[in-house]
Amino acid sequence: MPAPGTLAGQIWRATAGTKFWRGVVATIVFLALWETAARTGISRIPAPSAVAVTFADLMRDPGYWFSWYLSTRRVFAGFLAAMLIGIPLGLGMAVSRAFYGTVFPVFEVLRPIPPLAWVPAAIIFWPTQELSIAFVTFLGAFYAVVINVIGGAQAIDVRYYQAARSMGSSGWDIFRRIILPGTLPSIVVGATVGIGIAWAVVVAAEMISGGGSAGSMGGAKGGGLGFFIWNSYVGGSYTQIVVGMISIGIAGYVSSALLRKLGELVTPWLRDM
Amino acid sequence: MLLGFALFLAFWYLTVEVWKLPRFAQMPGPTTIITEWLSSDPTYGLSIYSPEYYQHIWVSWRRVSIAFLLATATGVPLGLFLGWSQPFKEYVFPVFELLRPIPPLAWVPLAIIMFQGSETPIVFLTFLASFYATTLNTMLGVESIDVSFIRAAYCLGAKRRQVFWHVVVPGAMPFIFTGLQISVGVAWFSLVAGEMVSGQYGLGYLINTSYTMVQYPTMVIGMITLGIVGYATSAAVRIFGNYLMQWRTRELGMGGDK
Amino acid sequence: MSAEPVATRELALAGASAPAVLPQTGRKGEIRIANVVKIYGSEATGVRAVDNCTFDVPAGKITVVVGPSGCGKTTLLNAIAGFHSISSGTIHLDGALLCGPGRPKADPGPDRIVVFQNGALFPWKTIIENVAFGPMMQGRMNKKEAFERARAMLAEAGLRNLEDHYPGEISSGMRRRVEIARALMNDPKVLLLDEPYRALDSLTKSVMHEALLETFDRNQVTIFFITHDLEEAIFLGHRVVIMTTRPCKPKKILSVDIPHPRDYSVLTAKRFREYLDETVEAVHEEALKAFAAGERER
Repeated sequence: MPAPGTLAGQIWRATAGTKFWRGVVATIVFLALWETAARTGISRIPAPSAVAVTFADLMRDPGYWFSWYLSTRRVFAGFLAAMLIGIPLGLGMAVSRAFYGTVFPVFEVLRPIPPLAWVPAAIIFWPTQELSIAFVTFLGAFYAVVINVIGGAQAIDVRYYQAARSMGSSGWDIFRRIILPGTLPSIVVGATVGIGIAWAVVVAAEMISGGGSAGSMGGAKGGGLGFFIWNSYVGGSYTQIVVGMISIGIAGYVSSALLRKLGELVTPWLRDM
Repeated sequence: MLLGFALFLAFWYLTVEVWKLPRFAQMPGPTTIITEWLSSDPTYGLSIYSPEYYQHIWVSWRRVSIAFLLATATGVPLGLFLGWSQPFKEYVFPVFELLRPIPPLAWVPLAIIMFQGSETPIVFLTFLASFYATTLNTMLGVESIDVSFIRAAYCLGAKRRQVFWHVVVPGAMPFIFTGLQISVGVAWFSLVAGEMVSGQYGLGYLINTSYTMVQYPTMVIGMITLGIVGYATSAAVRIFGNYLMQWRTRELGMGGDK
Repeated sequence: MSAEPVATRELALAGASAPAVLPQTGRKGEIRIANVVKIYGSEATGVRAVDNCTFDVPAGKITVVVGPSGCGKTTLLNAIAGFHSISSGTIHLDGALLCGPGRPKADPGPDRIVVFQNGALFPWKTIIENVAFGPMMQGRMNKKEAFERARAMLAEAGLRNLEDHYPGEISSGMRRRVEIARALMNDPKVLLLDEPYRALDSLTKSVMHEALLETFDRNQVTIFFITHDLEEAIFLGHRVVIMTTRPCKPKKILSVDIPHPRDYSVLTAKRFREYLDETVEAVHEEALKAFAAGERER
């Protein structure tokens, strides 16, 4: 039996339990049902076997990968902006009652308006479509980040402040050494949630705004993954639709997982919990 | 608190209507919007006096309600079982998680293919998003219940099924309701997306068409209305939750003494 | 009536070949713990929480278990209650095997009811619904009967007029007493109390102690009580079992020969002080060892 710490050991432990195999069984059953539904014509859904074939073809198509690039770029732009603006804003609100009282009501009133509802307004306002899509993505992630930051900062035990004060810390010191680290876990949660939302929004925004200024490049496969899906639908290649969906799913999942890993590195003190 | 609103509105007003800054000037200003919204003879044909306005609200609201109720009816039981039964979770959760990262709107074309008509795909989308949020939060709710409650119930002679109904379900309620509030928000999010891309009527459709027809004040009215209705539904869920969980409101009212 | 403490006992009970039924002493609720070992994790690398632990919990008496944090006191309680398994050894209740070879984990049941450290009254049920819960779930009483009996128990415990309140609305001291009433509704053989008063302030605690003793005098149920508070242990207990640090086994067993019913005047009695001195000394020794070992509290 491989030693616990090694990669072989981890794989062994992961696959040796019933939990893993039950998941596998369920997935196989799911795929089988899907395939049957497609073949017997119960639904007009494309079959997983056909999807797999298309996927293989697309992997060789540079246009497909270009869509990935465009969407990723937009997501990161919006996400980064959300973090750069959202974290200070959230911290500011947690630290200053006056600031909270001024900003939070406006924030809460604007929040129920779904980011996608902003798409047309964003298109009008921003000079390029790239910016408007990034803006909408930003909005999506922004709310999640701010809410989590405020929650995290408010949850810091008040005794940390008292302890620091009694040891003579200045306001700035307290901010740097207590508030920032104390809120870090919540920032990480906000980021992980936020990037998931960002992907959801980017896809939608791309579909609605028709692919952006880069849409004419790479033919029918340019303009981001959202546009790719929409175009596949319009063009009648149903299997490509599913490929697009899966691609986005992977993208969203991988970005969240990466962020979570990053978050763990940044908060080593949580590791023992 | 009002200061914030005042500043926001002032900023909006100044940048659009007074200073007419380059990009801002193309947007409608607050006075334009308010006059339009409240006028009995609106320039673009939509205000609180026009029946169409309410039709759009009603259509969107109806779609969200159906989707949300369906999602709750399926998501809560599923979440409860996922949290309660380890074997069940091991079978079902992986498939659930496999499909989750696909954003709601990515389902639109597939939904259109799979379902007939124009209403069903939109409701399906909204249902999906809402369903995932509800199921996940319910499951987490069950898993967060303090194990002492469950142990105490077994000590007192309850059987597994009784523990489920008397401890797990009520114990998970606060989490379930938080999840439902998130779920409503997510439902509106998906609904608007769906409406903007396909379908007729509804607030999302309204926003999109008024944009394409360059009726910007109407567009903003649509957005604001969305915000109000979204907020109202969320509050309704919260209030209903508070009503169902009297014990919680009373506990919190007492300052939650440990 | 000697005031001498009883030194560490070695009960000569064989481990794996213990008979399934031991001679009964007649009263309900006697627990015999024999050579119990609990290892968390694997044999080689795990944590040995309890090692070769052997002592008796006599029926109808209050036995208090004290010791440094992190030793296996709660593990023992959980094993008796049926929440955890044991690695080896046996535990018998009234002569019948609770857990042992071939049956490492008992099932929780109304003959051994736990009162938890942070309280486990169901916040979503009213007080009376909580108290009536046990018999109703077991099908022994219908709702009307259960509520009537619950009312009587609450009145007996001095907790009238609380019935339609929710646990969140009453003080924590009252909540503990309701929880005990809820347990007693089921006529348990043993009441297992896991540091129930730990989170309370000392004023409330003293009231709780007197209430517990009153309840005990009425019911004579066997009580197995875990605490850190040494005064509490001697004040309440007929027998005090002082545990070593991890791995846990009895270091010293004290027979507290102060007669029941006891009240707070006991605290100033000379004998009480003598018991306390002995206990403090023994526990302190173990606490120093635990501190030196740098173990993290569990």
